[in-house]
Amino acid sequence: MAKITLDGNEYDVDHRLTVIQAAREQGVKIPHFCWHPKLSVSGNCRMCLVEIEKMPKLAIACATQVAEGMVVKTQSERVQKARNAVMEFLLINHPLDCPICDEAGECKLQDYTYKYSTGYSRFNEDKVHKPKRIQLGPNVMLDVERCIMCSRCVRFSDEIAKQPVLTFTQRGDHVVLTTFPGTQLDNPYAMNVIELCPVGALTSTDFRFKARVWEMSSTESVCTGCARGCNTNVWVRNNEILRLTPRQNEEVNSYWMCDVGRLQTFKQVNSEKRLSGPLIRKEGVSTGVGWDEAIAKAVAELRLFKKGEIAGLGSAFATNEDNYAFQKFMKEVIGTKHVDFVRHVKEGDQDEFLIRADKTPNTRGAEDVGVKPGEGGFDVDGIIRGIKSGTIKALYVLEDDVGAIPEIASVLSNLELLVVHSSVQNETTAAADVVFSASTYAEKHGTFTNFQGRVQRIRPAVATLEQDRAFDGFSMSRWDRFASHNDRWGRPIKKDARPSWRIISALASAMGGKIKYNTSEDVFRELSEKNPLFKGLSYARIGAQGVMTKSSVTVSVSA
Amino acid sequence: MSSNKKIIRKKDFSLLQRLYLPEIFRGLFTTFLQMFKPKITYQYPEERFHPPASFRGRPVLVEEQGVERCVACGLCSRVCPALAIEVQASETELEKERYPVKFEINMVRCIFCGFCEEVCPEEAIVMSNEFELAFSSQEEAIFGKDKLLTPAEKLKERLEFLKQHR
Repeated sequence: MAKITLDGNEYDVDHRLTVIQAAREQGVKIPHFCWHPKLSVSGNCRMCLVEIEKMPKLAIACATQVAEGMVVKTQSERVQKARNAVMEFLLINHPLDCPICDEAGECKLQDYTYKYSTGYSRFNEDKVHKPKRIQLGPNVMLDVERCIMCSRCVRFSDEIAKQPVLTFTQRGDHVVLTTFPGTQLDNPYAMNVIELCPVGALTSTDFRFKARVWEMSSTESVCTGCARGCNTNVWVRNNEILRLTPRQNEEVNSYWMCDVGRLQTFKQVNSEKRLSGPLIRKEGVSTGVGWDEAIAKAVAELRLFKKGEIAGLGSAFATNEDNYAFQKFMKEVIGTKHVDFVRHVKEGDQDEFLIRADKTPNTRGAEDVGVKPGEGGFDVDGIIRGIKSGTIKALYVLEDDVGAIPEIASVLSNLELLVVHSSVQNETTAAADVVFSASTYAEKHGTFTNFQGRVQRIRPAVATLEQDRAFDGFSMSRWDRFASHNDRWGRPIKKDARPSWRIISALASAMGGKIKYNTSEDVFRELSEKNPLFKGLSYARIGAQGVMTKSSVTVSVSA
Repeated sequence: MSSNKKIIRKKDFSLLQRLYLPEIFRGLFTTFLQMFKPKITYQYPEERFHPPASFRGRPVLVEEQGVERCVACGLCSRVCPALAIEVQASETELEKERYPVKFEINMVRCIFCGFCEEVCPEEAIVMSNEFELAFSSQEEAIFGKDKLLTPAEKLKERLEFLKQHR
């Protein structure tokens, strides 16, 4: 430990830290561009200059280690003058692109210009011009003019993504960020450089010009791309998801997430193939109907079968709440033992960093809440065999496109009844007798348990027909707040979908079962009371960073 | 202000006041005098009012060589106190990189404050001299790019005014 004085206050800090780290721990903000807590120190932006007593010149806080008795001043006149000078240098050749720049609104250079610059420019000459639209890789666009040469992206590619393809060429104001000849920035984590870039030099090809950042609302959520469950923010405008960004969680994903998760997991929410409401098969034709009719039909049909003739497939894509309500419904109301769920493991499609082979967000959770065969019940293979041999005549599928799996697709036609929860039209819904349109992960409250056993919360970001952003406590942009029905932007498309636990709750009470939930928190509360793995957990305790379940060993649960 | 201050009203009028006639003639005389002053009434719609350059009529988008100056930065939309403006940007091959694929002003919401014009970094949205705005439905009051785009030549006066006073 070392005793240092920071802006007149004494602190005991770890002697291995640098000044910027120590200050950060104490809540003292030192402005910086090139320094990042997860990257090596580069020390080239000079923004973090601080005054340290007995040192002849100002020192950069990011590369100066603390020492016993060190006296640091971060707000002295010398420091402020230095910051003004650094800002002036950075802005000399920085184009006035803010109106057309995607970074505007969340730009470090913009923020620091307000805070630390003098407010006017002495530079009357022409700015240096450089290429403005360079495709660095499939997902990342580079505007060299905007680049302030902080080298964060270069260090990220070298150190974190392990794909050292970025470098600077030329010198002075001719410096250009570029990829080495014959290479491009196409590693699975490439898009992290977009958030990493303190200016708008690196922007997303996918999100390019879609919205200004202040027009969107942001909601804390979890990525559904694999079992890692990277923490994310979901950015929504006009009830449409426009982008996902990683949210820091040191236990799960740190500051990062993969490109697949960032680009592929939200498109289905806005998809053209979304169901517009429940469907039932009338004389062989799938017809859109109201919720009550669909529930009545499902109840009537399910009653035609004996307990052992019905099987249920839960889902590793559905939340813990959905799976818990589902298995409870199957085991207690229907009374079948044939309950399991399909695993989607892509062996080989994984790495040492974040990406997992298990491509579902909640395999662990589905197991933990009890989506597994009862004593003597069939597992997935058993259910397939059962359908083939005719012992199983009805199948209830929760939010999983099992019809896309060849072994299951081939036996679906043997079924007398297929009830499906799904958010989009797919092979399973095409074969189903009753389809309930289910909310996606972006439209409901719930929890996922990632591969570590960490229970993490998802929150609704997109409103369905039955939800209202204001009444249901959604995060809201200014536009959401003041919209009226007379504004075109105040009439977003809302899907007629409900969370699966709600559909099951309605089904169960129609069948005379004792399942009655009003909110997903009700489901979770019951889960935490009945299931030892979830003991003592609540939505409040899970918070923004998640909590581990009670035991990492799977305990057999009779729920 | 004290509320308990006693208000004294004259209850009894004098004889002259009770007669009313002197006051009536005084009023008529004022009316009579107006006949010799210059006329300020316009014979609308045959005769139109041409507002000065400082007038803030409906906001329009400046068009130059068939292209709008607007880069769809959305600052007008952000600054608008009435949330009248909606902008959707898209990419263009032109040097300005982005353009508004959709630009809508809800003229029922617009309060003609001119903030959009003031904030615009491209001088792309300006207040025109048009003030005759009548709609028969809410939907009709939403002006898209088709109604907003105005050639720069038509807005010369205003653009000149802005150059001088900004």
